Amino acid sequence: MGNWIINHGLSAFILVVWMGINIFLFVYYYLFYDQGPQFEYTRELLGSALPWARAPAAVLNFNCMLILLPVCRNLLSLLRGSFICCGRTMRKQLDKNLTFHKLVAYMIALMTAVHTVAHLLNAEWYTNSFQGQYGPLAGNLSMLDDSSELKTTYLNPVRSNSTTPTLLVFTTIAGLTGVVITLALILMITSSMEVIRRSYYEVFWYTHHLFIIFFAGLVFHGAGRIVRSQQVTDPPHNTSFCEDQPENWGKKPECPIPQFAGGFPQTWMWVIGPMIIYLCERLLRFIRYMQPVSYRKIVIRPSKVLELQLVKPGFKMAVGQYVFLNCPAISQLEWHPFTMTSAPEEDFFSVHIRSVGDWTEDLIKMVENLPEGGQGPKMAVDGPFGTASEDVFDYEVSMLVGAGIGVTPFASILKSIWYKFKDSDPKLRTKRIYFYWLCRETYAFEWFADLLQVLEKEMEERGMRDFLTYKLYLTGWDQSHVNHAMVHFDKDTDIITGLKQKTSYGRPNWDKEFEQVRQENPSSVVGTFLCGPQALAKDLEKKCVKYSDVDPRKTKFYFNKENF
Amino acid sequence: MGKIEWAMWANEQSLAAGLIYATGGIVGVAGQFRGWQFAAFGIAAGVFVCLLEYPRSKRRKGTSVERTGQYCFTVCVKAFGPLTRNYYVRAFLHAALCVPGGFMLATVLGCVCLGIASLIYLSAAIHGEHWEPILPRTEQPKSVGNSIKEPPQNPPPRPPPELRRKKVDKLETAVYDNPMSVTINE
Repeated sequence: MGNWIINHGLSAFILVVWMGINIFLFVYYYLFYDQGPQFEYTRELLGSALPWARAPAAVLNFNCMLILLPVCRNLLSLLRGSFICCGRTMRKQLDKNLTFHKLVAYMIALMTAVHTVAHLLNAEWYTNSFQGQYGPLAGNLSMLDDSSELKTTYLNPVRSNSTTPTLLVFTTIAGLTGVVITLALILMITSSMEVIRRSYYEVFWYTHHLFIIFFAGLVFHGAGRIVRSQQVTDPPHNTSFCEDQPENWGKKPECPIPQFAGGFPQTWMWVIGPMIIYLCERLLRFIRYMQPVSYRKIVIRPSKVLELQLVKPGFKMAVGQYVFLNCPAISQLEWHPFTMTSAPEEDFFSVHIRSVGDWTEDLIKMVENLPEGGQGPKMAVDGPFGTASEDVFDYEVSMLVGAGIGVTPFASILKSIWYKFKDSDPKLRTKRIYFYWLCRETYAFEWFADLLQVLEKEMEERGMRDFLTYKLYLTGWDQSHVNHAMVHFDKDTDIITGLKQKTSYGRPNWDKEFEQVRQENPSSVVGTFLCGPQALAKDLEKKCVKYSDVDPRKTKFYFNKENF
Repeated sequence: MGKIEWAMWANEQSLAAGLIYATGGIVGVAGQFRGWQFAAFGIAAGVFVCLLEYPRSKRRKGTSVERTGQYCFTVCVKAFGPLTRNYYVRAFLHAALCVPGGFMLATVLGCVCLGIASLIYLSAAIHGEHWEPILPRTEQPKSVGNSIKEPPQNPPPRPPPELRRKKVDKLETAVYDNPMSVTINE
């Protein structure tokens, strides 16, 4: 139990607070509209559908405010920087921004459904009221019109016998904007399903920009002020006395004609802040787009991996950060994220790009057709944005797990270590690093093997073999590998990578690995960093929880995951 | 957007549309709205669309992810042959089903969503896509060949691996030849 609290406690707390606020808003506004005396007559027409529509509206206001914030990456980087004082646990929450964004989106979808259904009922009952189906009180209330001669104000937005609910919806601002933004929301959600997002990122990305329509419609949704409450008149209208005799309104002193007015639209007050912040984010991206970027080197690696070394004036990065790249020659509007594989100590930054989809394939093809030594296509760079890997040097002991191309943030880290070593940087708090690289095919080893060879030599020279323990796992082995290994088993260096450390075959036994780390590092705080598939993340997370101990004299494992 | 299979998005959209259509219909019928007959139709059409769209199609390239328990639906949908295979038919069907929804407020959203799904299916059909059922792969039992009846051709002791892999027809350059003939009929 204690282990769970260490690893998930703060997230659970934030979720509880968020859910608590949602429930509070729902209940508060439900009671406000269900029991507020100023809505007595509105409720006469609509029954409980009124509070059922207004309560989710309040929750929607809150969540629409929240939904933009987790995707303001520069804001998050700023927060991460300012949290350096507040410890790791706070900053780790910022990694889960996309999960939070999705959660808020689900809540918006749910509340939209409730709100829409309640308003369907409202529209129908407003229409029925006007047509006198609900008795004399409702009928009289509906007869009130916005008239300055008669000094009356309407309560029922349906003003004529020929108005149907459909007509009501499409001729009012609230109705029209409501339909449009609900449609936008549905399209956004169906195109964000995991299946679509993973396979056709462009569909997801372009359709998701419907959020602009969503927010525009949302801000104007209440402008018509069609939900009206009763105003205080002079002399006051005694509801309990007057409601049984609507025919006497205006004739008796206790019953002047009731006046109604719509509420001031409030949604814009909730969402204007985040909208401005998001606008600033996009503006910042545009400014960065205009800044020149030049190529230092372009290398095409085996296994269709492209390495680009770029130089941008004024660009500063930290380990394991990522950038967004935009190549106008391929697509004007698409920005794709890539982790940087160079260290901050170098005077350039590099990315290794693998061919996975349209954009990456086009880029590789374009680069392959370049003349020898020519400059690459114009590239715009937005970032850098920080993720978990920045924290790797804060832990005394780090376990780094990279699967396949997921090794890229760790390339940056290991290079940085090498530089820090050379400069004997006192800021390096890390005492030990365990690096696990899981890969399916030997091809992909090549570009990384050079780095590992250099590190290996460096560490031997300085007599610090213990600092970096790395294990390589070839998960896609077959019989020919086995034969080859059997015959060359007594060679000093590994047959595949040429490194002193031998490659293991198959997947690692995590229980053994965690046990080994625990034994070699008692009473340490160990940070586990993964860049790889979801299934592995679940596995490692479970192991971290299993092998952690609340006792400060024993080892504690913290899990950090990174993906896009 | 070169490689996109539009049908995948059309499928998600139409499933959502079916749910919305049916929900709107339920509200219309339960609230006894004017025009509740359209709502009742909406429920039926929505449920039908959900059943039709639940089984995902097999992708042309890449791994197809099934929805939970979709196998029985796959079998039913597959039984209709070209009617469900062809996306022009589906586009037209969705367009036809969505029209009655436009006559009543509760189902209007379902109508528009289904209409959009119909358009995306039309796009899919124009790009030549069609519906493929995802069926479990039947493992071929590995049949053992006749050569099992022959004694081994290369019994130990054996030379090192570099020299071992000589084809039978290059017996002259092989390191050794069998001291006795090893064919079954001697």
